[in-house]
Amino acid sequence: MDVLFYISAGVAIGSSVMAITRKNAVHALLYLVVSLLSAAFIFYLFGAPFIAALEVIIYAGAIMVLFIFVVMMLNLGKDSERQEQDWMKPKIWIGPSFLVGILFIEFIIMLSGTGGSYFQFVKVSPREVGTSLFTSYVLGVEMTAMLLMSGIVGAYHIGRRKKKMRHRYLEGSDE
Amino acid sequence: MNNVPIMAGLILTGILFMIGVTGLLIRRNLVFILMSIEIMLNAAGMAFIVAASKWMQPDGQVMFIFILAMAAAEVAVGLALILQIFHKFKTLDADKLNNMKG
Repeated sequence: MDVLFYISAGVAIGSSVMAITRKNAVHALLYLVVSLLSAAFIFYLFGAPFIAALEVIIYAGAIMVLFIFVVMMLNLGKDSERQEQDWMKPKIWIGPSFLVGILFIEFIIMLSGTGGSYFQFVKVSPREVGTSLFTSYVLGVEMTAMLLMSGIVGAYHIGRRKKKMRHRYLEGSDE
Repeated sequence: MNNVPIMAGLILTGILFMIGVTGLLIRRNLVFILMSIEIMLNAAGMAFIVAASKWMQPDGQVMFIFILAMAAAEVAVGLALILQIFHKFKTLDADKLNNMKG
């Protein structure tokens, strides 16, 4: 299993380097998703399949989609249609697809090597994580809940467009 | 059966963190700065997972769940700030935003 770890570590480093050196933000986000997927594979190899699933669902799923939404909102120029044409070109997505293909082949090799049973890899089972999370770390869970709540309220408050205040006395005094 | 060396995992963590720091230093676009912070947070979480694998304890994975929730909240607030900055200043260059006067 060492070879699988080194290959996915190489994929993680390469895609991270590509992510911070792209000019276009969407291209960088493609490579960042590949980096997070390879990190999920590394978590799996280190015996944490639950964390690997969380990494794919929350990091590579939710957070990256949030990034992509914001980048798309910022890019609304008059040349956005031509830009979308450019994004369909294969030279943009061939790099990330190649790296994801490497990860996929590794996944197939690993599953076929263990006869389809992933439990041989598990070092700390999700049951132990859940038990520890809700017994000894329950205070941390509540603080995380408060953090997420303040994050939601803060994001709504900051992201709201300010309404233009119109006041008839002030408008009248301009004349 | 699974004995990936712990030292290799920790070295990979360090390399990923240094890539994040480098991205933070060389890019001036706010979206890229936030992405570099994501790379750094992910590397820190990976260190916790490697340590949890070394000592066979669930505490490292619990810490990673906390880091995940913190990253989600941070990204939500950071992206809202980026949207407001773009609407107000019409740029995302961090060097051009040094005249914030409220």
